Amino acid sequence: MKQQNLIREIFSGNAVIPIFAVVASFLFGGILIAFANEEVQEASGYFFSRPGDTISAVLNSVVGAYDALFRGSIFNYQASTAQGMIKPLTETLAFATPITLAGLGLAVSFRSGLFNIGAQGQIIFGAMFAGYVGLSFELPFLIHMPMAVLAGLLGGALWGGLVGLLKATTGANEVVVTIMFNYVALLLLTYLLKTPVFQAPNQVNPISSPVAESSRLPGILGDGFRLHFGLIIMLAMVVAVWWLMHRSSIGFQFRALGYNPSAARTAGINIPLTYILVMAVSGGLAGMAGASQVLGADRQLTVGISATFGFDAITVALLGRNNPFGVLAAGLLFGGLRSGAVLMQANQGVPVDIVLVVQSTIVLFIAAPPLVRSLFRLPKPKAVQA
Amino acid sequence: MRLELKGITKKFGDFTANDQIDLVAESGEIHCLLGENGAGKSTLMNVLYGLYQADGGEVILDGKPTKFAGPGEAMKAGIGMVHQHFMLIPVFTVAENVILGHEPTKPLGFLDVEKARELVREISSRFGFDIDPDAVVGDLPVGVQQRVEIIKALISDAQVLIFDEPTAVLTPQETDELMEIMRQLKDEGKAIVFITHKLREVKEVADKITVIRLGKVVGQAKPSDTTEQLASMMVGREVDLSVNKDPANLGEASFQVQNLTAFSPSGNKVLDDVSFEVQRGEIFVIAGVQGNGQTELAESILGIQDKVSGSIKLEGKELLGKSVKKVLDSGVGFVPEDRTEDGLVADFTIAENLMLDRSDRPPFAKGIQLQLKNLHEFAGQKLKSFDIRARSIFSKANQLSGGNQQKVVLARELSRDLKLLIASQPTRGLDVGSIEFVHEQIVAARDSGIPVVIIATELDEATQLGDRVAVMYKGKIVGVVSPDTQREELGKLMAGISA
Ligand SMILES: Nc1ncnc2c1ncn2[C@@H]1O[C@H](COP(=O)(O)OP(=O)(O)OP(=O)(O)O)[C@@H](O)[C@H]1O
Ligand SMILES: [Mg+2]
Repeated sequence: MKQQNLIREIFSGNAVIPIFAVVASFLFGGILIAFANEEVQEASGYFFSRPGDTISAVLNSVVGAYDALFRGSIFNYQASTAQGMIKPLTETLAFATPITLAGLGLAVSFRSGLFNIGAQGQIIFGAMFAGYVGLSFELPFLIHMPMAVLAGLLGGALWGGLVGLLKATTGANEVVVTIMFNYVALLLLTYLLKTPVFQAPNQVNPISSPVAESSRLPGILGDGFRLHFGLIIMLAMVVAVWWLMHRSSIGFQFRALGYNPSAARTAGINIPLTYILVMAVSGGLAGMAGASQVLGADRQLTVGISATFGFDAITVALLGRNNPFGVLAAGLLFGGLRSGAVLMQANQGVPVDIVLVVQSTIVLFIAAPPLVRSLFRLPKPKAVQA
Repeated sequence: MRLELKGITKKFGDFTANDQIDLVAESGEIHCLLGENGAGKSTLMNVLYGLYQADGGEVILDGKPTKFAGPGEAMKAGIGMVHQHFMLIPVFTVAENVILGHEPTKPLGFLDVEKARELVREISSRFGFDIDPDAVVGDLPVGVQQRVEIIKALISDAQVLIFDEPTAVLTPQETDELMEIMRQLKDEGKAIVFITHKLREVKEVADKITVIRLGKVVGQAKPSDTTEQLASMMVGREVDLSVNKDPANLGEASFQVQNLTAFSPSGNKVLDDVSFEVQRGEIFVIAGVQGNGQTELAESILGIQDKVSGSIKLEGKELLGKSVKKVLDSGVGFVPEDRTEDGLVADFTIAENLMLDRSDRPPFAKGIQLQLKNLHEFAGQKLKSFDIRARSIFSKANQLSGGNQQKVVLARELSRDLKLLIASQPTRGLDVGSIEFVHEQIVAARDSGIPVVIIATELDEATQLGDRVAVMYKGKIVGVVSPDTQREELGKLMAGISA
């Protein structure tokens, strides 16, 4: 119950807190960038004789870094070709695809009062199922590709649904179980990549052959870009999840369970079954993120197939307030941070870690609305009466 | 101490919950605040206690205008509140709860629990409470928990005490004791503001009465006014305080409970061989002091009570062992005793709450697609026919006043196709006008030819509404009597003294 209240508290409210949390985190990131900058350090040595130097060095470092972040993630106005100019945006979208898909899954579970933090494992299961179908068959594209994607959905749904089943039958806490399941999934993948099930023939590394051409998610803008059909699937899922949660009776029951389990029970909602369904839907969405990686982005199975998408997804769901469109916005932001960080390091020597710091401070600020409120002097939310 | 509220105005968005309200509370006086559900009483008290900030007007304490940014400041200024939903921490002991927020400490910051115990004992003996300072609050009956709240207020030296519907959760006996405590507090020179919907209590203890309606003060009343006068002043029309019903038109006994026995999780027998039958067209009231198995009986029928044996038959079909959904689908309407916990989803809108137990079927869903148009139309009708005071069907349940929340639950349960209605304390927290309305609805359900089971703690309600009255004591039905049985006799049965 305590846990549920906390989740509810963090997720209630509107878009104001998330937006300010992002702004605050960027400001904080800027301070760190300035501190870590060599010119700033030098100039501050003679701060009292020439304070102007320090100030301009600070401005230069921060503006330079964030300019690089912008050019690396949205629009590179310094590029020589049109392709080069829009490339960053497509990279952002490519990164945003798995993060958003998994984030949608987590949003469904959070809304339903289940704290699923097993997206990482569910992505891996989705990737394994989709990869298996992609590696083992030769079929016409119109059958093979959808089948592989559905297999990914199924893999994630099974892995997630199993957690729901455990919770429904034994009362196991889903937080603990999903954490353990992340390890199990990763170890299983690592193991299978060393057996003929997945490992490419004549390979010593834990890596699979490329998935069949006919199972791949086709590229969108051609070979120069990493963008692929997974983006379209992701956008469709944003709408689908919105519909599920707000226009279907199933989503209505999910939300009722999330807000007030005892009222849901009194109203005849089958709680154990709903736990299983919620976790299956949640895992299925993460599974599609795995499918999108193995069939669209990497085109083969590796141990790093899920990167840190499953963990980023937690923040993205938080930041998006569990609203599918909010999750999309947050997913795009995180995709942008990831793709922009590369150029920021290359051009400005700002360590990629700064992006991690920004991401983490976002979590911190979101989890502490009063902190954000006092920082920006926002009014208190209206108290709820008994 | 003299507390004056002057021209208090409080708005929620463009809705004015308090409109220029004046109120004076003086030492040695019990000031009753009367008003319909949603009139703005709790809002006014929350403003006074610093939980809400007023949009206009001022709070004047002993001639000095003051402002409270939060309950902490109000408490420091000597204002205490006994909340309807207790603000105690169930796993703490009485002593720990009482000192929470202003903990006495020994040197080095160690908690001085001994001091706290002493304070509790001292105040307990002053008021004749029998409270063990080391008892864990969660284990205490509601009535005792309420006393802990009172002690808590007194320890921080409150001079003004606010009681917001304190008797809604009390047994008649506990209510009488609370009245006594309030009188004693008054004699000690405290100023008391007392909110209640029960006019008998008002007449018993009030020194002054202020009536508010639709957020405005409509006038003062005297304790010597008749209940009818008070009621009509509150509601703005004549109210019929007795239940009007024709003699029951009885049919066959379509609801039968046989040898129902149940155990609590800790193994105590909570239902002890309970058997009864209810006929079509009959209201069967189960009276008794709360905590004598009524909750378990209701939950057994609904199918959420564990460790229960026996038989529950509706129209010949066994209900025991069926899922809640199956039970509801077989035509059982269920009004739970705790509406905020079991009856409503606070974060859902009124409309959403109205389809809570039917979201998966027509007219609210086609396949799994919700039919929002149908829902909104339905909700609009119910808002009108049940006189739910809210800005719209899209208001969230937690923005409704207590009484209006109850009406939402009733509207939902009474608008299904029923073969049996079970309602626990259906009028808890309702104003006199709404009680009249709800009683009419229950009688109408009876007259439509279904068996009705009402669980009541109020004797008046039990005898006025019931065609037969059963009394429960310690998990047993100790007697089934006619509604014109003497109050004293019923009281004896409820106390376990068999006639
Ligand atoms: N947080 C809120 N947001 C919006 N409206 C609110 C809020 N709190 C109360 N209201 C509205 O203000 C009005 C007054 O509510 P209040 O709780 O003060 O009534 P009340 O007199 O205490 O009623 P009851 O006897 O039913 O407890 C109601 O119409 C209610 O819907
Ligand atoms: Mg109230």
